[in-house]
Amino acid sequence: MELTDIIIKFVLIIVVFAISLVVAMYSTYAERKIAAFFQDRVGPNRAGPFGMLQPLADGAKMFLKEEIIPTNASGFLFIVGPSLAILTACIGSAVIPWGQKLTIGSTVIDLQVTDINVGILYIFGVVSLGVYGIMIGGWASNNKYSLLGAIRAASQNISYEISMGLSIIALLLVTGSLSLGEIAAQQHGFWADGYFSWNVFKQPLGFLIFIVCAFAETNRSPFDLPECETELVGGYHTEYSSMKLGFYLFAEYINMFISSAVMATLYFGGYNFPFMDQISSPNLVTILGVVFLFAKIFAFIFFFMWVRWTIPRFRYDQLMDLGWKVLIPLAIVNIVITATAITFF
Amino acid sequence: MESLTNKKKVLEVKPLNFLERAYLPAIVQGLSITMKHFFKKPVTIRYPEEKREFSENFRGMHSLKRDEEGRERCTACGLCALSCPAEAITMTAAERQKGEENLYREEKYAAVYEINMLRCIFCGLCEEACPKEAIYLDGDIVPADYLRKDFIYGKDKLVEAPLNQ
Repeated sequence: MELTDIIIKFVLIIVVFAISLVVAMYSTYAERKIAAFFQDRVGPNRAGPFGMLQPLADGAKMFLKEEIIPTNASGFLFIVGPSLAILTACIGSAVIPWGQKLTIGSTVIDLQVTDINVGILYIFGVVSLGVYGIMIGGWASNNKYSLLGAIRAASQNISYEISMGLSIIALLLVTGSLSLGEIAAQQHGFWADGYFSWNVFKQPLGFLIFIVCAFAETNRSPFDLPECETELVGGYHTEYSSMKLGFYLFAEYINMFISSAVMATLYFGGYNFPFMDQISSPNLVTILGVVFLFAKIFAFIFFFMWVRWTIPRFRYDQLMDLGWKVLIPLAIVNIVITATAITFF
Repeated sequence: MESLTNKKKVLEVKPLNFLERAYLPAIVQGLSITMKHFFKKPVTIRYPEEKREFSENFRGMHSLKRDEEGRERCTACGLCALSCPAEAITMTAAERQKGEENLYREEKYAAVYEINMLRCIFCGLCEEACPKEAIYLDGDIVPADYLRKDFIYGKDKLVEAPLNQ
């Protein structure tokens, strides 16, 4: 690997990292604004024009708040919890193909930090690790609400990972590859060989299962049982204050961003867009592709929020019923249908 | 038993059909309802910049009136203070000196007139008690402040602006 390659990768990592943080930051603003619109309100509008500076004000507030570590909390793990949560949330962005190749002079820049051939498994691993942040934080707080929230998070994530994995298996039957870069490349354009090229049209049921599981994995409403304030005060982050609380909340938004990106890549064609072959300049296609990918991601984030402000929270037994008795059988049926279709057609 | 009003309806609890159990149509329905609200005009009134219209008999901050020649009407009789159920009003009377006829209408006037806005309940009894039509609660909402002492309004805040000669 040459020095320029290393520098390019390094810059790319920083850019991706910065973008995920900025998107997460402005997701908090978007969430408040969108919630307000859904409820016929105005939302934050005091800090800067249209309240655009609200996330900065929130961040400053978080940093300036008093830092409280409960006397009976396990000191080291209490700090490890939120750090782990935000770490695992951030590293998922490494394998997502943000765009095609960009050619500047003689250097070719691949807009994907690393295209490992087990990209999906990597994402799964990272998502599974994410629950440790919640689990450790909830346990280290030495508070029964926190512990209950953490236990709920763990069992919920385990239950929904199974059906998520099964829905992905059906997708893998279609794509024949685990690499996210290749899956995105396969969905070139919008229409190919007399059918839509995006995977959502080949795997509608799989996508439905995947998106339900994504809601559960990111602990978003209607599956936000680990932190439901009406039952568990604040769930796993009851005892947290200051920026450690901020890290937990931030990790949730980064998770939402990353899972939106994964859904856009796996099912909605990633950086591909209709009529991309009609544009002659490859660099323009790449740039437009990035724009389209982000448009898809933002649409998914909006959908996350739309659902949050529409559907009430599940009861815990209903959540488990849905996960084990509905989604897993449905995912298995989906695999059988997909396999049959591939074999005979 | 026969009910007295005959308005009783017996509801049958039917088992849910497949579409209802599948839950997704209900979600779509809910999402469309929230989406309708997304494009509605917000009902919020952005208070300091925008104000809701007051009713005609709204009782706000007090003002001490002047007569048509611009003289203060108040004669410091103390009836408003006496009528005040919250005991928010205090005043000190003074005698009008020669040469002050253009300032005060009566021979006695209020040298100090204070209303504690934290005590005032805006009942309007002072308005009713006043024989000189000198006090009216026709002002705005009393603004917020940081210190209790700043809520005791003196004549500087209460007396109407002088007429323009």
